[in-house]
Amino acid sequence: MYTQALDTHGKEPAGSTEAEPRAAHFQARVDAEEKIEPKDWMPEAYRQTLIRQISQHAHSEIVGMLPEGNWISRAPTLKRKAVLIAKVQDEGGHGMYLYSAAETLGISRAQMLEQLLSGAAKYSSIFNYPTLTWADVGAIGWLVDGAAIMNQIPICRCSYGPYARAMVRICKEESFHQRQGFEIMLTLTQGTRAQRAMAQDALNRWWWPSLMMFGPSDADSKHTAQSMRWKIKRFSNDELRQKFIDITVPQAHFLGLTIPDDELHWDEASQHYHVGPIEWSEFYAVLKGNGPCNRERLEARQRAHEAGRWVREAAAAHAERERSRSASQAAGEAA
Amino acid sequence: MSEGDWPLFEVFIRSRSGLEHKHVGSLHAADARMAIEHARDVYTRRQEGVSLWVVRSADIVASDPGEADALFEPARDKVYRHPTFYAIPEEVKNL
Repeated sequence: MYTQALDTHGKEPAGSTEAEPRAAHFQARVDAEEKIEPKDWMPEAYRQTLIRQISQHAHSEIVGMLPEGNWISRAPTLKRKAVLIAKVQDEGGHGMYLYSAAETLGISRAQMLEQLLSGAAKYSSIFNYPTLTWADVGAIGWLVDGAAIMNQIPICRCSYGPYARAMVRICKEESFHQRQGFEIMLTLTQGTRAQRAMAQDALNRWWWPSLMMFGPSDADSKHTAQSMRWKIKRFSNDELRQKFIDITVPQAHFLGLTIPDDELHWDEASQHYHVGPIEWSEFYAVLKGNGPCNRERLEARQRAHEAGRWVREAAAAHAERERSRSASQAAGEAA
Repeated sequence: MSEGDWPLFEVFIRSRSGLEHKHVGSLHAADARMAIEHARDVYTRRQEGVSLWVVRSADIVASDPGEADALFEPARDKVYRHPTFYAIPEEVKNL
């Protein structure tokens, strides 16, 4: 589950000062749709851009476990509970695939973890919103994972091999996430008046943040051109956002829910849904750390890290003992 | 060994019997046994495999992409290693 064109913030990498022939050869390979692999030469700015994007993507998966994990113990049925556990476990798995992909670029797992726990790293700001009701679990699967899929499918063709391969695996799994979310919404909208109201309330709160997941509008998106040239990114933020709107609005209509936007209408001329202006000040406020749950999310990760310390230490001590045992055994046999 | 130093393992999965093990990704673990258990959770949540291999990444010896040309070039002009190199008359069957 990801994301908001996470490549749109953070420091701009320094322009390429690499030796020209190698850089030209690299760009020619990218242009020819060849995949770049870890040991291949690559411009330093390409490497840094990918490290930033992949690690932020990984952090998003890990932090993304929290809002939904919040409902595991309160899922309405055993089936829903089993499904939610499986989904949250998938998010953890996605984080693992992505951390591994980032590590191939030369950053260590420990460094990335440190960046997340210190608050230095960014993650998708959608996860800084609270999950107040069960319907939020449905809305997240349907809208947040839906937006994530829209963002992630083009990354399956990213020029960097390990990232593209991780993305293929992730996209296969996301489809289950989105469908289980929609099914929760469907069940609620076919339920009592109170359940329908709960579903509508969840849509009201998650609609706009979901649209913001695609990142700032193209006019304000500073990294897009370079990322497109490197084929890390294939479509602009606004293009992906519009695609998401166009497929999601009819789904909301099917559910009998109202999109919380007075300006929303089908535009015959462009053959797209037109939406009202997005409140970008909210997006930037959440990004800066002032969302409803920024502190809570970070503290939860820090607590989990501390609480797991003894397990990691015990496993390391056990591995060390086994190693010295087999070493002394081997020495004994040799003697 | 501190907790930050868990070595990296590469994971290979045999998706069903009769097929070869194929590289799927990597993970960190304190030792090989833990690597197998983690690989089960990270890479086979949907019955992706019937067998797992884990290998310490540090133990893998890889060819240098910079030397790829020198390494693989000798095979380039040996098209006679492929059956299509040989022209056989139409009327000859089963060849």
